[in-house]
Amino acid sequence: MNFNKEKIIDNLDLNNPELKETRRGFGDALVELGRTNPDVVVLGGDVSGSVRSDMFRDAYPDRFFSVGIAEQDMMGTAAGLALVGKIPFASTYGEFATGRPFDQIRQSIAYSEMNVKICASHCGLTVGPDGATHQSLEDIALMRVLPHMNVITPVDYNQTYRTIIECSKLNAPFYVRFYRDNSPNFTKPDAHFEFGKADILIEGSDCAVIATGLCVWESILAAEMLEKEGISIRLINMHTIKPLDEEAILTAARDFGCIVTVEDHQKHCGLGGAVAEVLVREFPVPVEMVAVNDTFGESGKGPELYEKYGISKKYISEAVKKALKRKKK
Amino acid sequence: MFADLKNPVFTDTDDLNEMARQIRRDIINMLLISKSGHSGGPLGLADIFTALYFNKLNCLPSDPYMDSRDYVFLSIGHVAPVWYATLARRGYCPLDELKTLRKINGRLQGHPAPLKTHGLPGVEIASGALGQGLSIAVGACLGLRLDNKSNRVYCICGDGELNEGQIWEAAMTAAHHNVDNLTVIVDRNHCQIDNRTEIVMKLEPLADKWKAFGFEVFEIDGHNMKEILESFDKAEKVKGKPSVILAYTKMGKGVSFMEDNYKWHGVPPNDEQGKIALSEIQKTKYGDFVDYYAEK
Repeated sequence: MNFNKEKIIDNLDLNNPELKETRRGFGDALVELGRTNPDVVVLGGDVSGSVRSDMFRDAYPDRFFSVGIAEQDMMGTAAGLALVGKIPFASTYGEFATGRPFDQIRQSIAYSEMNVKICASHCGLTVGPDGATHQSLEDIALMRVLPHMNVITPVDYNQTYRTIIECSKLNAPFYVRFYRDNSPNFTKPDAHFEFGKADILIEGSDCAVIATGLCVWESILAAEMLEKEGISIRLINMHTIKPLDEEAILTAARDFGCIVTVEDHQKHCGLGGAVAEVLVREFPVPVEMVAVNDTFGESGKGPELYEKYGISKKYISEAVKKALKRKKK
Repeated sequence: MFADLKNPVFTDTDDLNEMARQIRRDIINMLLISKSGHSGGPLGLADIFTALYFNKLNCLPSDPYMDSRDYVFLSIGHVAPVWYATLARRGYCPLDELKTLRKINGRLQGHPAPLKTHGLPGVEIASGALGQGLSIAVGACLGLRLDNKSNRVYCICGDGELNEGQIWEAAMTAAHHNVDNLTVIVDRNHCQIDNRTEIVMKLEPLADKWKAFGFEVFEIDGHNMKEILESFDKAEKVKGKPSVILAYTKMGKGVSFMEDNYKWHGVPPNDEQGKIALSEIQKTKYGDFVDYYAEK
């Protein structure tokens, strides 16, 4: 990658980073927690192999509870385990971790403030060939609307690992969103990571791009394209969507006068919506939202879907140019 | 009066029945004041709640969250008035607080609220949306077993509530994990808000269903104090699988015009009905927390 290295704030590995699964970061972190914290327990909803909680199951069978394909029961059982002092991690695919058991999460976990970690794999469009039923594009919206819920969408393997370790230390409900496929593992294992605090990955002078999850890498690719055209962006990794780092958003709005948001989620009520809510209230500037535009997905390869549904680097760079034009008006 | 006492506060069924009657009066008075809330279910469960809190549970109101306590999960949150009245009579909160049912800034929320926000001592977790309590109870059982603790977990479900699929998911989980520190109590009153249970959604053969799901099933008269107490003890002796007590009760028990009438599921009595209800239940030696008609 041919970046002006001075602009890269964090020590990122942008030159052909290793490809690794974010879900593996979840699985590896669970095993580490199993070793270090006897109160950590894991619930399995039949897809333990898929979400990589099988490693914990095999290492600590006494602390792994299979509930079968029953996500509503899984959330309630997790709440009960939390009530008696355990730190339960309940994991399945994104749609079945949020949409299916929404009422259970609302009453038994969020309202009741139970220390449950809901960990969703296979999120967003990159679950690809499985098609629309399995592409969770509404999960951020569903979780961030709930009082007491914390929402994190880490960018890669290393950050997923860190997120799982860090959230185990906080006595509060969490929703952690990650993915099935391999993706560039570009943050360093010891990189700065603070819950609720956005990271500036690349510094720039024209426009701010606020991205989350896998779309952060896509935005890095867009930044490279834009740099060749003489446009320089500040890239912000908004890994914590709730509580939102409002200061990072407002600083970017004041510095540039326009913002682009990028996410692998519906345009409504996701990261873009969260950012817009802050700006409308405090410091209105033009916002371009790169996201799935009020439609369901379909089968296809991840990159094909990112192209068809308008969240690839091409659309990010177009959104930046559009935001810049709107700013000049 | 009883806040510092461990159970059994009462062993004699006459004493327990007297307290249950007072709790029924409290329910009527609470509903008269709030003018909102459920009458039928709470009245029907007064005997079972009295048996739990004045005889069976390992509990101490002056230390409501002591480590060794037995857990009570009220999966049917809408019968909260019977829970609140029982908790107040047992000493978890002042009797006078029963006047605040469903009132703003109060702890006696329409459906049980979590402790951290505005919950009442004795309440463990929110309930109201039906079908969720059994999963929570099973989770608590699994966690307690992991720590080799002997606390027992009680979960009170309605029969209409058994329409919810999550109940049967949780039943499978309980049996799959051989949970035996759990007693489920089903308030089998054959009534739910729209009609008789067998008209809204057929539940029978209900005992066979629970048996097929891997439970030890006890069927009792839910208004016979001796049978209630015996069933608690029997359930506790079951090893290797969960237990359920099908308690055959009457919705609205103790008030003639409410008894076995599903129309009393979700409404409070008016002043005239309340007067008749209180006269039918009769006074006890404990006295009411309010003289509603004098204060009106």
